[in-house]
Amino acid sequence: MNGDLIVQNAPALLIAVPLLAAFSMPLVGRISRFARNLWAVLAMGFTAFFAAVLAYAVYTTGTVIYVFGAAAPHLAIPLDSGGIPVRIVFTVDAMGALMELIAAIVGLSVILYSLAGDSGRSRLESYYTLFLLMITAVFGMVSTGDLFNFFVFLEISALASSALVAYRIDHGRAVEAGIKYAILSTLGALLVLVAVGIFYGQYNFLNIAAIASRMQYTLLDEIALALLVGALAMKAGAVPMHFWTPDAYSMAPSSVTAMLVVTSQASLYGLFRVIFSLYNITLNASTVGWIIIVLGVLSMVVGVTMALPQKDVKRLMAYHAISQTGYMLLGVGVGIAVLNDPAALSAFGFTAMSGGIFHIFNHAMYKGLLFLTAGAIIHRVGHQDMNRMGGLGHTMPFTMVFFIIGALAIAGIPPFNGFASKLLIYESVFLFNPLLSIIAMVVSVLTLASFVKVFHSIFMGPRLPEYTEAEEVPLSMLVGMGILAAVVIVFGIFPEVVVNVLIEPAARALVDQGGYIAAVLGGA
Amino acid sequence: MALETALETGYGFWDPLVWILAVAIAAAVAYLIWRAGEEGYKRGTAQTEAFLSGNVQPEKGAIHVRAGNLYWGFLEALAQYYRRTVPVHTGVLNDYVLWFLGITALIIVIIGLMP
Amino acid sequence: MLYNVPLITVALLALIGLFTILTRRNLVKILLGLTVFESSVNLFLITLGYREGGIAPIYTGAPSPFMVMPTVQALTLTSIVIGVATSAMLLSFAIVIYRRYGTVDTEKIRRLRE
Repeated sequence: MNGDLIVQNAPALLIAVPLLAAFSMPLVGRISRFARNLWAVLAMGFTAFFAAVLAYAVYTTGTVIYVFGAAAPHLAIPLDSGGIPVRIVFTVDAMGALMELIAAIVGLSVILYSLAGDSGRSRLESYYTLFLLMITAVFGMVSTGDLFNFFVFLEISALASSALVAYRIDHGRAVEAGIKYAILSTLGALLVLVAVGIFYGQYNFLNIAAIASRMQYTLLDEIALALLVGALAMKAGAVPMHFWTPDAYSMAPSSVTAMLVVTSQASLYGLFRVIFSLYNITLNASTVGWIIIVLGVLSMVVGVTMALPQKDVKRLMAYHAISQTGYMLLGVGVGIAVLNDPAALSAFGFTAMSGGIFHIFNHAMYKGLLFLTAGAIIHRVGHQDMNRMGGLGHTMPFTMVFFIIGALAIAGIPPFNGFASKLLIYESVFLFNPLLSIIAMVVSVLTLASFVKVFHSIFMGPRLPEYTEAEEVPLSMLVGMGILAAVVIVFGIFPEVVVNVLIEPAARALVDQGGYIAAVLGGA
Repeated sequence: MALETALETGYGFWDPLVWILAVAIAAAVAYLIWRAGEEGYKRGTAQTEAFLSGNVQPEKGAIHVRAGNLYWGFLEALAQYYRRTVPVHTGVLNDYVLWFLGITALIIVIIGLMP
Repeated sequence: MLYNVPLITVALLALIGLFTILTRRNLVKILLGLTVFESSVNLFLITLGYREGGIAPIYTGAPSPFMVMPTVQALTLTSIVIGVATSAMLLSFAIVIYRRYGTVDTEKIRRLRE
């Protein structure tokens, strides 16, 4: 009975718990340091628990609807409204549930990590407040079924994350990164708002399912689609709109960077949600698919080649994040390009999409892990310049092992999880267009090459005189990294189970527009 | 034949457990070869020091190949490419916005024009 | 023609805002341009909410039971609130940058590049 109540209200609790904890954080922080840390961990722990409960419910019983302010949580259409969903509806299907799992796992490990990793800084209450707001925004973006609501959460995420990017100030450089990120995301969010306005002007709805059921694909819809694709691809860091990414990722505190990756992927989720759930087959599929594919290939190639000459360890990893985003765009882009062709879709399009979506999950895990290890190194060394590092493998063995796991996973070396998703992408994209697949493999090789560089210059070599007193990082940081490393390994060893249980339902939920509409509007 | 743990890719399959087994066997073989090696190794004696044609070993910091020196040849070979791409990352906010709006406008044009 | 005046204003304001963001090198002016663009979007939303002969949904003394849903007005209010928060944060960033760098010229605020 009680359990039912939790499951039913899980979508609302996901937002309410971190929001409440965020705004009470300054008060709790006044009590003591311990209380503040406990409060942050509890809030994140409960949020992750609700996310897990919700994801379990979605994967076992299908799409979960939560209607704010209604008599019953699943009453999307008020009885006296004449078939119009007037309230804010949260629609969590398998794809949303997958994103929620990602946010929960990364959020939990990052909070554990930052307990020790950021303890040296002052005024940490505001840090945790902003961090929990960021978590709220990510959960909101991936579970909302309302376009305007999506815009609001997009803005919350932009505000919270750019404030966190600028958090360290760092002689003004972090603020420089923060203001660039903030201006671009504000502009992007405003374009999303214009698109929302266009939809409202045409259909008098804000609910995604309701608009989707009446979608005409007029010229105005095409403009709205282009605005949404541009803005959300920019937020996801696709080349050539990626310029903010290295700045923001390298200047943010490392724990925040791991979460910024998740925020970018929530934008990516928004992009896919718009294309699949809002437009789907009304879409000019091959044009839009090729736009996404071209963005993806550009991101892969430019990202990895820009990463090679970098000297700042986090800037290098940031370029790799761009490059990996390219894989997701490529995989799902191929799925979009063949959306109108059921034979091709079932032959390879669906596998390519599964690969892309699996890569979203894997990327969040190993990239989060890599940024956390980078943070651990910076924590001990005190700067980010790889030219001045070396020999840290002698003193930081655990960090080194975690780094190796993350680096091999991002380079797509078996048996880590990056390999499984990249394999799905290579083989299915090869059937679509062999050249794209070959580019993807070459990019993977270059990724490995540049991580060999990072590994060699940071961990290998003799024990350097300037870092003799460097030692292993505190336990809570190791636990944070350990969670992500464990996920990377387990998902690499059992990819089939993961794909069958988690990924394919998510890909199917994206493709199945009718199911999404029926879940909200009820069988119509 | 695909086992229970194998990942179907639509083209073939991939089984990490078989792969791990292969790596374990390779590691065992490598261990056997290693064990057959010389045993007279003593730590902390002159035996462990690097022999550089009788020259004095340089200081610790000088031995390590730093990050900036790795892949020098690769970067040199692609200098043409980098001469074009690196300056694009100007760091000027106006350029960032221009790229964003320009690409969005391009997407509008492409989607609008394509039938 | 008369109906299109608000939409023409929207387009003009949006162009002015974007032009300012793209061409000005002063960070504060860029932020002003952003605010102008934001106002244009807000005006766009409000324009969409206009229905000819519509009645505001104030139930006491409404001449007919058919009223216009105030959705866009609510959206615009939300958007304005978000805009205020964004502007406040961006301006405070600009202050910090001015203090640390001694300039608000975007051509000079480029210590992060390549």
